Amino acid sequence: MTAYIIRRLLLLPIIIIGVTLIIFSMVWSLGPDRLLASYIKSPEALKTPDAEERLIRKYGLDDPMPVQYFKWLGNVVKGDWGYSMVGKDGVLQSILQRFPYTLELAIYAFIPIIIVAIWLGVISAVKHNQFADQFIRVFALIGWSLPDFVFGLLLLWIFYSKLGWFPPGMVSTQFDLAMRESSWHTVTHMITFDALINGRLDIFVDALRHMALPILTLAYLWWAYLLRITRSSMLEVLRKDYIRTARAKGVPERIVIKKHAKKNAMIPVLTVAGASVIGLLGGTVFVETIFSRTGMGRFLADAASLLDYWSIIGGALFYSFILIIGNLIIDVSYALVDPRIRLN
Amino acid sequence: MAQKISDFRKLSKKFLRNGTAILGIALLSFFIVIAIFAPFIAGENGDNPYQIPRVSWSSKPIAPTAEHPFGVIGGRDIFYGVIWGTRTAFQLGLIIASCAAVIGILIGSVSAYFGGWVDEVLMRIVDIFMSIPFLVAAIILTTILGKGLDKVMMALIVFGWMSTARLIRGNILQAREEQYVLAAKALGQKNFIIIVKHIIPNTIFPVVVQMSMRIGSYVITAAGLSFLGIGAEPGYADWGTILSYSRNWMTMLDQSWFAIVFPGTAMVLFVLAWNLVGDALRDIFDPRLRN
Repeated sequence: MTAYIIRRLLLLPIIIIGVTLIIFSMVWSLGPDRLLASYIKSPEALKTPDAEERLIRKYGLDDPMPVQYFKWLGNVVKGDWGYSMVGKDGVLQSILQRFPYTLELAIYAFIPIIIVAIWLGVISAVKHNQFADQFIRVFALIGWSLPDFVFGLLLLWIFYSKLGWFPPGMVSTQFDLAMRESSWHTVTHMITFDALINGRLDIFVDALRHMALPILTLAYLWWAYLLRITRSSMLEVLRKDYIRTARAKGVPERIVIKKHAKKNAMIPVLTVAGASVIGLLGGTVFVETIFSRTGMGRFLADAASLLDYWSIIGGALFYSFILIIGNLIIDVSYALVDPRIRLN
Repeated sequence: MAQKISDFRKLSKKFLRNGTAILGIALLSFFIVIAIFAPFIAGENGDNPYQIPRVSWSSKPIAPTAEHPFGVIGGRDIFYGVIWGTRTAFQLGLIIASCAAVIGILIGSVSAYFGGWVDEVLMRIVDIFMSIPFLVAAIILTTILGKGLDKVMMALIVFGWMSTARLIRGNILQAREEQYVLAAKALGQKNFIIIVKHIIPNTIFPVVVQMSMRIGSYVITAAGLSFLGIGAEPGYADWGTILSYSRNWMTMLDQSWFAIVFPGTAMVLFVLAWNLVGDALRDIFDPRLRN
């Protein structure tokens, strides 16, 4: 197993170089002229006749590609990810400022996703081919085919435009003002947690109310996926000999399901649950755009529609790092848990 | 050969006994009919039928009427966009899925055939491409390539081939150890003939299943890019483009619900159809579930 982990760690630099190379070569393919535009903050800079060529040389935009790549990579390592038009700040700074909001949403979405998916998946397997199973399967099938932006827009239409129950945004205006006062302590940059730290239960509830629809949108997608995994894993375990033995011994069905089947069926479910955390962090582009939340996903969407290249690249880098590190953690912890890999 | 035909009959019989498969086929046929007869259902907009005709210069949404049964948004007739958008969806899904599959099959089989360092290098390239989240990769590449559905297709193909490559490589490595391949080798069959006669037919079905399952997600991603305003050009007959008009009415969806409900329903049913068909195909071709 140590060999496996070492191999994974040795591959890490190769993956990172490869990913940064792909991302950089995409920007580089824009050519010096279009890239220059992203360096210029005011039209004044281009007033003199030979300004364009001078600036291209100044920023090294006509250097050979490898030179530019390593220069850029050096800057990325130093934390200089370029200037973001969307964030009106450095790209990395803008991303780090928005990331807690996305993390908060992912944390709150994760809890109902796991609980409901496992609950429905187990029912579906236990009541195999009965009405409950058919119903849950249709529920999953629809969720699996429903794009999150369509579902999000439908929810916004019904629960905000029609019923007015759950507004878009992060927090109501009066609370937004309260959070800007000097007495407000910003600790986690996540509104619900900061509200609890500041002892403002009203703001906590308000922030949760703003999160309800985004959570439901994200959750349905993952319910559909996770409950299918739970169901098939449960069905497989329920066919095992030890389950038949337990039943033959006269163990009550409830205990067979809960103690003997469910525990063993959870291994594949937990791997996918780990992947769902990464998926949630990277899957908020549409949800944050539709529900006007100022997180990472919204940042990327805004950058894309403004053609703010350095922000797009920065966002892509950040997302890729989350995916790479997250997958590494999942693989290593899976190797630690699963004896078949552990003993190899 | 006779054996194969009877196999095929048995499989197609099994396919038709599967209720969800029939639903999937029915939905898919429905969309095919709409796509073929689009000019007769919604009319044809002069020289450029993929451009939704402008019926009003005001951006205000107009609720469904007899003349515009799905309403109007951004001055565009939604009914026309949904009907012609079916053709766009088929083009997107089929072109992206088949191009990505061809690239994946090439890279995967080269990787499995040569093994050694070729395999190692190609599989690390697969790992690298898979380390950029699909949607994020598609967003960067389409913003860099520029607007237009051809650019969207290109972006999704560039980042869509990896899972096929992995799948086909794994299947070939497995098939290589099968008795019938070893027997063919022992009989002195040429490598090329073994690949064409034994390996490809036995490894291609999972790819077909995967392709049909991925068509839905390609169509969703392409629509998502249009929704963000970086996909198809404005006014293009594409479901995502119609949805993108409602971005201007996000706080007043009460007045533009039809711009979400009609293209949204079309998209969900289209994706559902492919998912159902893919699911049924998997049940049939999965050798562990066969017999």
